[in-house]
Amino acid sequence: MKVYPHTNRKLLSNMKKNNISKTNSLPKQSDVNIGVGVYLDYSATSPIKKEIRAAILPYLDEKFGNPSSIHSWGQIARQAVDSAREEVAEFLNCTPAEIIFTSGGTEADNLAIRGLALSFKASRPHIVTTQIEHHAVLNTCEHLEKEGLAEVTYLKPNQDGLVSAEQVKKALKKNTVLVSVMYVNNEIGTLQPIREIGKMIEKENRKRDGKQIYFHTDAVQAAEYQPMNVDFLHADLLTISGHKIGAPKGIGALFIRQNIPLEKMIFGGEQEINRRAGTENVIGIVALGKAVEVLRNEKYEIRAEKTSRLRDYFINEILKEIPDVKLNGSKELRSPNNINFYFKYVEGESILLSLDLVGIAASSGSACTSQSLQPSHVLMALYDDAERAHGSVRFSIGEKTTKEEIDYTLVNLKKIIKRLREISPLA
Amino acid sequence: MKKDISTLYSKKVMEHFSHPHNMGTIKDPSGIGRVGNAVCGDLMELQIKIAKKEGKEYIKEAKFQTFGCGAAIATSSMLTDMIVGKSLEEAEKVSNRTIVDSLDGLPPAKRHCSVLAEQALDAAIADYRKNN
Repeated sequence: MKVYPHTNRKLLSNMKKNNISKTNSLPKQSDVNIGVGVYLDYSATSPIKKEIRAAILPYLDEKFGNPSSIHSWGQIARQAVDSAREEVAEFLNCTPAEIIFTSGGTEADNLAIRGLALSFKASRPHIVTTQIEHHAVLNTCEHLEKEGLAEVTYLKPNQDGLVSAEQVKKALKKNTVLVSVMYVNNEIGTLQPIREIGKMIEKENRKRDGKQIYFHTDAVQAAEYQPMNVDFLHADLLTISGHKIGAPKGIGALFIRQNIPLEKMIFGGEQEINRRAGTENVIGIVALGKAVEVLRNEKYEIRAEKTSRLRDYFINEILKEIPDVKLNGSKELRSPNNINFYFKYVEGESILLSLDLVGIAASSGSACTSQSLQPSHVLMALYDDAERAHGSVRFSIGEKTTKEEIDYTLVNLKKIIKRLREISPLA
Repeated sequence: MKKDISTLYSKKVMEHFSHPHNMGTIKDPSGIGRVGNAVCGDLMELQIKIAKKEGKEYIKEAKFQTFGCGAAIATSSMLTDMIVGKSLEEAEKVSNRTIVDSLDGLPPAKRHCSVLAEQALDAAIADYRKNN
């Protein structure tokens, strides 16, 4: 691991005890969680799990075949893709034919929304979504509007960052074909009432003569800690992504219930039952299959309980130790791994830089950390307060996060906020 | 150029960010320049103390307070370094370009921070002239 100048000695000794190497050499499998200090950015991406790494190695070596080939090399790869598909289907409680592997969550969201809207384009379909979706959903919807291919309603969440099934119901129109509401928000971790929305839509559909409303949920941030059974959720389409759950980047999947119309977006071969062309990303698919298998080996409630405890400790300590802070998003209806705070009078990027100098990774809703220089659309939708968006920082914890790491972060965070407030003319 | 922190900023920017020079306020300043706003994510306040040396006005002291990103804090700090001791005429020649160069460069998206520093200086000098 990289040793930072101010790295806390106690943390270092704890890391040493836990067999964390202090040299600049590549991290060992045992210490991927804190390869370069304290990693509290699991919602951005997660370290690759060792079981997953082991599972994909043969596909980097001798099992390199193309699943579409007829020979043994090809058939070995085909079998790997098929069993991964079965694993994902098992995880979501659907059939393997209802899974489409994609290049990630973004492509799956694009395919779900655009693919569905285009198959109804003759009737100028209406879509209901929220203002706090991931850009993969928002920008896809906005583009459909721009092309004149759909009309879209963007629901405003309340100050807790939540929309209700009732709110969705009120937005439905005769030409509504799709509702897309994210399961867990990637910035503030708020947990939407997906099951209630799904049930409400099912009820509405029974009143309609043939014209169905389909329900999509972007579940990219939910897979580790929430129930993922699509029947329980009453979801028709659902997006997951590999790199948030210990697989490499570049793999995701879309669940789409049988017989739902979907226009292709990528043309070429007939892979993925002719719904998504291109030679399969065998390594990614094997990794995703393994990732959900690992998750299924333990009840999600156990993970959720354990991680929630750390989260609540983190949240309560910040509230106790640092003045003039506000938690962003609901405290109760919140993903077990998300901590997002507004630190008044200071700006997020300078907090992130300071944290990085002591080896702590986090992320921010500040415009200064985005390429577009726009503050977080999520925080703006909730609070309509640019200063709050600029001064907010997200910490997202994961399976390997320890209390020591959180304590180390708290000690440093307190100092950092104090120092930056001394520099600030607002404090 | 040597870079720090995931090659985002130059070493010099990080030095000024970590240990800013001339941070704070002046008791009884001769001029104050407050530019930018918190809504945009950058707010800079520069205070200067003007004195006379051989009949010529010069900046005896400069202090800043900044709400903003690492680049905003570093450019504020660098600005104060660059103007202290200079005559008003010389100080007015300090531009966003010279601040960026003194910091060994800024990422393109952060250049506006140096513009803000120049504006703070102009505003502080204008404030002084208005009162004198």
